[in-house]
Amino acid sequence: MINSIPQSLALRSARRIYLAAFLLFLFLPLTVVVMFAFNDAAYPMPPWHGWTWDWFFADGQHERTGVFFDTELLTSLRYSVQVACAVSLISLVLGTGNAFLLERFRFRGQPALALAMLLPLVIPGVILGISILALMSQLAQFADDYLGLELDFLRPGLVLVTLGQVSYIASIATLTISARLKRFDISLEEAAQNLGASRSAIFFTILLPYLRPALAGAAIMAFLLSFENFNTTYMLTGSDAPLTVMIYGRMKEGATPVVNAISLLLMLVSAVCVIVMSRGKPER
Amino acid sequence: MKRLPNALFLWLLLAPALIWLGGLIIVPHLEMLILSLRIRVAPQQYTYGLSQYATFFNEPLYWHTFVRTAVLSLSATALSLVLAFPVAWHIAKIARGRSKVCLFALVLMPFWISEMVRTLGWMILLRANGVLPQLLQACGLTTSPVELLYNDGAILLGLVYSSLLFMLIPLINALETLDDSLIEAAYDLGGQGFNILREIIIPHAAPGIAAGTIMVFMLTLGNYLTPVLLGGKNSMWFTEQIYTQFITRFNWEQGAAFAFLLLALSTLLVFCGLKLSGQSFADVMRRT
Repeated sequence: MINSIPQSLALRSARRIYLAAFLLFLFLPLTVVVMFAFNDAAYPMPPWHGWTWDWFFADGQHERTGVFFDTELLTSLRYSVQVACAVSLISLVLGTGNAFLLERFRFRGQPALALAMLLPLVIPGVILGISILALMSQLAQFADDYLGLELDFLRPGLVLVTLGQVSYIASIATLTISARLKRFDISLEEAAQNLGASRSAIFFTILLPYLRPALAGAAIMAFLLSFENFNTTYMLTGSDAPLTVMIYGRMKEGATPVVNAISLLLMLVSAVCVIVMSRGKPER
Repeated sequence: MKRLPNALFLWLLLAPALIWLGGLIIVPHLEMLILSLRIRVAPQQYTYGLSQYATFFNEPLYWHTFVRTAVLSLSATALSLVLAFPVAWHIAKIARGRSKVCLFALVLMPFWISEMVRTLGWMILLRANGVLPQLLQACGLTTSPVELLYNDGAILLGLVYSSLLFMLIPLINALETLDDSLIEAAYDLGGQGFNILREIIIPHAAPGIAAGTIMVFMLTLGNYLTPVLLGGKNSMWFTEQIYTQFITRFNWEQGAAFAFLLLALSTLLVFCGLKLSGQSFADVMRRT
């Protein structure tokens, strides 16, 4: 119960134990991932063989290749970053436009549009991926059969991965940005208009600075979600696999500590993103 | 901008939204619906009918997997609700000041980390030569290493673990708006723990509970990574069947039918959940 109600010692300590157990449960898997990134053995499993930096810095000359020398992993990392940047940019532009559509205009069909914008969030990622794959392949087939065009970007690959991720990340960006736009005091804009400011001047000097925390938050969120997405990506990926698909392949073959090492790096990236994000929006 | 109903400007904003929703959501799903109804009679020749759906019902493996996925997803949802509720209560009602902020941050932190990494952690812990079996052996509880991975328990554990966040956030938000004095009043009037929970706390938290369970259920049902990695060859997860039909067997018609069945199941159960709890879809989605 709450603090103002007296409680027996037993109940209070039971609560504390539960909380501690819960936190242990949350952090146990992460701790072992980090630990075994430094284990001096070929498998990320006990027993412990002592500390090593090999899984980060080994240059491949003594049967061990660390993350920083694993060209396959580094290439897939580059693909992931490229896709994540593209997804963030597209989602941000779409999300901003959508936020204005939802908050500043009244037109027929708007409630339906607002509802439709939530739909991508309730469709399982695998199905989003598969349906986009099916449509795009049909389009490519059609172009090939009837127009004689070879539209390679419609075949599984990074373009499709980007589109697949945009399909639902744009929804999240829309929600984030329109939540902030909703709280904007419209009289500021009207005052500026009365003083003769042009529409673009109002947008760039008043609205954009006001929206900036939400835009930054949405961009970082989009980047992280894109970076760690697996379900949609896996259905749309071609020969050039992004990082999650690459790691998945390695985990199925039997994990090596290199996977732990890259996981540790991913944790650090997420931590930095989250810290930047929480600094960007002090009021929440 | 409100005072200038500029049709051109409206269309400029509307076009990308329509391209996104139409091109990436609606048309692909229509295409998939058509695909699922298509029957191949000869190369390049098709008729339309329900035979892919008939295959699903006639082949026990498929609908067994389907039912199993639904049951495991529902269990994972119920389990995460039960596990998350006390923690959400503690964060919303008991912890104060710094400890509250810290606890909240601690609880959310694991979920910013890729699902892949979290699953890897569980694999290292549970695998026969992993941390927990070796620990059990060292304690003398078992004589030989036990395989804790590749069973339903492991799948359930992984699913609960990866979905706790989506339960915690709406629950915390809902519980924070509950006025402490209501509980004090109930207590003064002689209410006991369980009664207070049933009569006051749960009705107040209902929107949060609905939002959390719906979110978690949908995410678990559509999950691919966790069941496949933690369940191994016996995972029998429905998204895996969809993947197999599409990518491995290249039987798109059958895969599309499966995808539609999964979509129908999640829509149906979410709809029932909303109706039972009296929530609206848009409201639930904005809470999470």
